[in-house]
Formats: sequence, structure tokens, C-alpha cells
Amino acid sequence: METQKNLTRRNFIRLSGMTGAALTLGYYMPAVGKESELMKMEAAERLGIELNAWISIDTSGKVTIVNHRAEMGQGSYQSVPQIIAEELEVDLNQVNIVSALGNQKVYGSQVTGGSSTVRGSYKKLLRLGASAREMLIEAAAKKWGVSASDCYAENGNVIHRASGKKLSYGELVQDASKLEPPKEVALKNPRDYKILRKPLPRQDTPLKTNGKAVFGLDKKLPGMLYAVVERSPRFEGKVKSIDDSQALKVPGVRHVLKVNRDVFSNMREGVAVVADNTWAAMQGRKALKVEWDDSAFPHHSTEQLYNTMREKVKGDMISFRTKGNTANAFAKAEKKLEALYETPYESHSCMEPLNCIANVTADACEIWGPIQGPDWIQSNLSKHLNLPMEKVSVNMTFLGGGFGRKAFTDYPYEAAMISKEIKAPIQVVWTREDDMTAGPYRPGMVYQCKGSIADGRMSSFEAKVAGQNMDTQNPGADKSVYNDSASEGFLEPYFNSISHYSFGDVPLESPVPVMWWRSVYASTNGFAFESFIDELAQQAGKDPMDFRRQHLGNPRYQDLLNKLEEVSDWKSRGKNSGYGVAITECFSSIVGEVVKVSKNADGKLKIDKVWAVMDCGWYVNPDIIKAQVEGSIVMALGAATKHETHFTDGKAVEKNFDTYKMPRIADIPEIEVHVMDNDEKAGGVGEPGLPPFTPALTNAIFDLTGNRIRKLPFNLDTV
Amino acid sequence: MATYTLKINNKNHTVDADPKTPLLWVIRDIVGLTGTKYGCGIAQCGACTVHLNGNPVRSCSLPVSTAENKEITTVEGISEDNSHPVQQAWIAEQVPQCGYCQSGQIMAATALLKRNSNPSDKDIDAAMQGHICRCGTYPRIRKAIKTASRLMSQKASSN
Repeated sequence: METQKNLTRRNFIRLSGMTGAALTLGYYMPAVGKESELMKMEAAERLGIELNAWISIDTSGKVTIVNHRAEMGQGSYQSVPQIIAEELEVDLNQVNIVSALGNQKVYGSQVTGGSSTVRGSYKKLLRLGASAREMLIEAAAKKWGVSASDCYAENGNVIHRASGKKLSYGELVQDASKLEPPKEVALKNPRDYKILRKPLPRQDTPLKTNGKAVFGLDKKLPGMLYAVVERSPRFEGKVKSIDDSQALKVPGVRHVLKVNRDVFSNMREGVAVVADNTWAAMQGRKALKVEWDDSAFPHHSTEQLYNTMREKVKGDMISFRTKGNTANAFAKAEKKLEALYETPYESHSCMEPLNCIANVTADACEIWGPIQGPDWIQSNLSKHLNLPMEKVSVNMTFLGGGFGRKAFTDYPYEAAMISKEIKAPIQVVWTREDDMTAGPYRPGMVYQCKGSIADGRMSSFEAKVAGQNMDTQNPGADKSVYNDSASEGFLEPYFNSISHYSFGDVPLESPVPVMWWRSVYASTNGFAFESFIDELAQQAGKDPMDFRRQHLGNPRYQDLLNKLEEVSDWKSRGKNSGYGVAITECFSSIVGEVVKVSKNADGKLKIDKVWAVMDCGWYVNPDIIKAQVEGSIVMALGAATKHETHFTDGKAVEKNFDTYKMPRIADIPEIEVHVMDNDEKAGGVGEPGLPPFTPALTNAIFDLTGNRIRKLPFNLDTV
Repeated sequence: MATYTLKINNKNHTVDADPKTPLLWVIRDIVGLTGTKYGCGIAQCGACTVHLNGNPVRSCSLPVSTAENKEITTVEGISEDNSHPVQQAWIAEQVPQCGYCQSGQIMAATALLKRNSNPSDKDIDAAMQGHICRCGTYPRIRKAIKTASRLMSQKASSN
């Protein structure tokens, strides 16, 4: 994967291997709140502004695109070029992609999170491709002395309709680069798409089947040393003493030093062992003796954390979103229900453990690694190293998974501090045990739901969420503020159709650091909300699909539900299997899933099939969407039935895959994914498929066995 | 420290290493072939899988001293140009997402297909059970193994 340095024309040409003059177009993002402006590279250079340059076409017709988002499996490497190629009217093979360097000033937020790669930028990308196309058409029309409206672009050429005359983009870029970008440009009707919405193969796939893809751990810098860090086994421990006498005797070990790691602006301590290679560093660390001072903070256990949450959830919540009078409606209702749901702490456990390369010199810092949030790292290190932003360059390699964990700045910070101290380029390698025991984790949650039925419909719905708030971990954070994700995952039309509702949270304090985990709060809220709606449907004596339909007036949601009912053959489901449905929305996409379960001959439960219907509005590549939904379902299956991080005496218990059990190939049911076709705005793809799986599964188990599962994870074999 | 001659992908490499160093770190840090991945270090995830005399082994748990005088194959040795039917099947079925575990998955699949050219679902489960994919590409791995099996039998019958 190449990396874009800074976007002067010279650099652009060098990096892309482009020849001669080029047409380079990009967006300039002025101050926040103002419209971004499309302009040519030359104009930007003249004005002395940094262009958010995304595409360039050279005299050979080759198109180069700067990808400003991380590639961690979700397909940004594919989707960004696919969008540009459609409106530019070029073959995807003509498009070369280079990866952008972290640069907040140039790209705006580059954090790959919230399933935002496509939904955040697709309109700009479409306009960029279309504008370049129009400039090329205009250049050709001028050359031929004809009207631009008599010409069209196709496959990297401009063609004059009447005469059939043809000029390639390469032949036109020089003239086109002298024109001004059009103020307005018409975008294609999705029905005319030739490249978008087609299941085109990903361009990064061949690199990932022969070992050529360079992940963070694969990157090497000349003279680079390797570090492994002994971090406090309890989250906030301070180093009391270090005995490095044996560690320094291990062949290949060069330095032992104390190092801090910035976790939500709290400095966590560790001791780094630096060596000539990874194994020597690991051996040196084994020989290291560190004493920790753990006296300043509580040492929580899972039992304590959940007992506290169960207690707290009975008390008052910090209200986030309410309508009507929930308490009153609940009190008056004939049919009512209360239920408690619990979800576990979870580790991200990306297959590529955390790692990062830093090279800090007197006046610059260079970072290489599997990174979701390059611009955050840039500003964090600029502040801590006291370097101007442009002296901190952050290079994104391929990521061996991210799921939220690699969006944070702690691991590059730690690498930079070691490099600064030893004055050499360094790669910090986290062992699997380090990765699993340091967190941050998906927070464990306890939900108290109360709801009532009147006239066969939900008349009130209250959800109280007890758990750690990811947003209030920085020192000085206002802890009285509500968690604005307390209703994440709940379908928007329910807020119209339910007359009385109330969502809020009861925050829990703990030294355990917590953070985004694929689909964030929706990953746990979805289980509580969609299980509870199923329980209310049961109370109302309604079919769970019909009960939901009754409350989803909006045609978009009705379409999705109808599709889900049709593909899963819901209406003709047999008595020998259990069927469960769940629908959630997050990151502007709606996903419905149906799970079918039955019992084996030996009486053990098995998942026969999962049907998923994804409505992410405007979309790029249906095969990438299908892959993301399949993956989301597998990840949800793991968190529902396989793994959980426990804490004992303030330490994480599960340290590796022998105890933190992952779903494996034999655990995976058949998964069938459908993508809705509509003209809604683009929603996220990487995460929204996750939340509905678990409630659909437990709803199916209830349908088959009458056994209601309200606590995760559970063992499928003992249901 | 000791000196070892390792035959990796039909090429001899002479390395100096502590005899207990896992083959994984020798291959990655000293020989410089980075297609073989570190995932867990305790033979639980399969990301580090290489072939030793044709059999899949976990290089993270295999001391370098035991690998001498054996044929070691890494993912780079399957083929560099993706011409191997397993690689072609992986591309055809668009298996990889993040791609990190796929070297190990491909090594396991090639070993399976070498000894069983037409594996059943059960055979696939047994051979691939030791490999974790956090992205959840399992349904596509299963499909790709079947596709590879088909490609290999077509190749065999056309020869």
C-alpha cells in the first residue's frame, strides 16, 4: 500500500507514477460549517490552500485516487474508486488508489468509525468524478468545435455522438486542466449505473491471498528495533520498582525503560523491553520483574460490576429521550411486563494484535501502523511531542481488523514515547495477551425494560441502561450528562407509534476502560430492545412480525419487513423449528434478520439459517455489503454464545483464544443476505448488520423452546 | 544462539537464532517473509500456519531447531502470482475482508485439498476448525474450498 505524502502536484505525480500534465481535482474544505468547494490543484496552489485532492488523471489516461479512509476489511479500498469510476466513466482497472496520510486539515475527519466511509463522502465523490468528466467533455467539444451536449463520455473516452469522433482522456487532460470546474453538475440516475451497485471484486483481494498485503506488523523501517511492553495488569497500576538485571542479559535485548500510555488522557504505566527482534523482546520481558502500586483504585470483579449495575438500574436514570408519561401509562395498563437483560464486557480481539511503529527525531515524528484514526493521532502527538501538525506524519497500513479498537491513540502514543527516549525507530508489538487484557472493552450492560400493551399495541416503553459511559472517561468529564446513545438501535418509527416512552442511563464508574466495539451501543441495546418487543408481542398475543409491522408506519420500514417475511418464508414456518425476528437501525441503516433454529437428534440446539435484509439506502457494492453482514452476524454469534471478558480482583481473566473462545467454521449457519434497492441516503454498512442477530436468535429459541434468554453469553449446547 | 539452514519455499536461508525461537519469528523477523502472521502465540488461531514437509503446522509454537532439514512452505510459496487454484478460488469467492488470517486459512486449505481432493462439509470443518477469522469469512472459506476442489479437478482432467 502506497502512502500519500503531502498533496503538491510534484508529490502526486511521483507517487502515482503519472506522466506529464494532469487534471487534478479535489475539494477544499473551508472552516467548519461552510460548504466545501471543488477546485483544481493549480488554483489551490495559487491561493496557497491545501487541497483535499482526491483524483488526478494523467496524459496516459490513468486515474489516481487518494483514499482517505483506513482499509480494515470493510472495503473502502474498493468502494471509493467504484464511486469515482462511475461518474468519471472509466473502467475500474484504469483507477489506481493511493492511501492518504493522516492530515486533518486536508481531509477533515479521517476516522474510520461509525460506518461512515461511504455515507460521509459519497456525494462529494460522485460530484468529483462527474465534474472531471464534464471538463473532459468540454475540452473535446472545444477541440472539435461542437457543442458539449452533443458529446458523451464512455470508458475513458469522449465521443462525438453524430460523427463518432473519439478522443481519450489522456489526450484531453492538458486542455481540460485549463478549464474551470463546472459550478453545477448533473449526477446519474442510480438505474443507469454501470459500475456502482455491481458486485465487482475488491482490488485488495489478490494482495491478501499471497502474503503481499502489508499490515502494521509487516512494516519494517531501516534500523528499526522491536519493543514489548509489560503493562500494569490492573488498569491504573503505577510502577513501584523495576528489576531489569535478568532482562538485560537476554541476547538481543538493548533497553528497558518505563513508558506511559495515554488512555483517554489518563496516563497508564508500563515497562518497555527493546530488542533486536520480537522474540528477544518477548523473552526479555519474561525475565523482567516489575512491582506495581495498585492502591489508588478499586479492583473490580465481574460479580461486583454486575451487582452494582443491577442495583443502580433500580434507581433514577439520567433521562435522554422521553415522550408522554411512561410511569402513568404503565401503571394504568392491563397488560404489562418488566424484564432485565444483561450483556457482557467484550474484547475486540482483532486478528492482528495492536502494534505501531514510531520514529521520533528532534524535529519530526513518523508513525506507521494499523490505524483507524490517523488525524486524531496526528493532533495527539503534535500536542505531546510539541511538534507542529505537519511534522507528525501518520501512515496507515492495512489493518488486520479494527472494530473500533484501532481508532484510538494510546498505542501510537506509547510507541512514540519509546522511540523518543531511545532515539531509534521502534515497533511496539502487543502480544495477544496484552491485546486482550488491556482493554478498552465493550462495556457490560444491564437493561431494565418496562412496557405495556393497550388495544393490542405498545402503549408504553421504558428502557433504563446501566453501564459505563464511553464518553465520560476523560478527567474532568461531566458525569451528570446523559448518554445520548441510550436509545441507539431502536427503530425511528417506534418513537412515533408509541405514545409514552422513556430512555436513559444510569452510569457506572470503574477503572476498566471501555470503548466502541463494532456497532457500539446498538450491539447491546439491540438485544434488550428487540427481545423486549418480542416479549410484548407475546403478551399481546400477536405474531412477532405482525406486531412490529403494526408499529412501523413508515413505508421504508414496511418494505424491509415485507422483504424479510418473504425471503424467510416466515408465514409457512413449521412447528418443528423456532423462528425469531429482530430489526434494528444504526448509522443510518436498517437491518432485519430472521433466525431459524431446531434441535438435533441428540437434543442439542442448532442454528439452521439466518436471513438478513439490509437497507443502507444508496450503496456501492452489494457483495461487500453481503460480506459485511455475514461478518457482523458471525461476530454477534461469538458475543452471544462464545466469549466474554471477566474480571477478577481488578484484572481481566481471559487472556487468549484458549479461554476467550471464538466462533469457528463449524459453528456458522447458512447466511442469506438481501440488499434493499431504493433512493434513500447512504447509510453505514460495516456495523448495522450486527445488532439484530442476537435478539433474532434468542427470539427463535423462545419460539422453539419457550425458554427466554435474557443474559449473554449463553451456551447453545445447554439451551 | 545457533546457526540453522532453513529451506523455505525451495530456497536455503542461513539464520542465527536461539534454538527455542519459534519458527514464526525467524520467518518474519530474520528471513523477512511477512505473509505468515502472528495471532495468538499458543497455536489457537492458525494465523501462523506453514507447511512442514507438506503438513500444516503452527509456526508460533514450533522451535526453529526442529525445522531444520525439512521442507518449509509459507503462503509466499503457494504461488507469488496467485496462480494456485486455492488462491484463485479465494479471489473468485471474494473471501478476505481484513485478510490477516487468510494466509493461515489458505495454508490449511491447500493441505486439506492435497490429501482430499473432494472434501465434504465435515472434512472442511475438521481441517479448518483450528483457524479463527474475526471478520467472519467462514461461509466464503467453505465455498472457496469447494471451488478450489472443482478448479483442481478441472486442471487434472485437462492435463
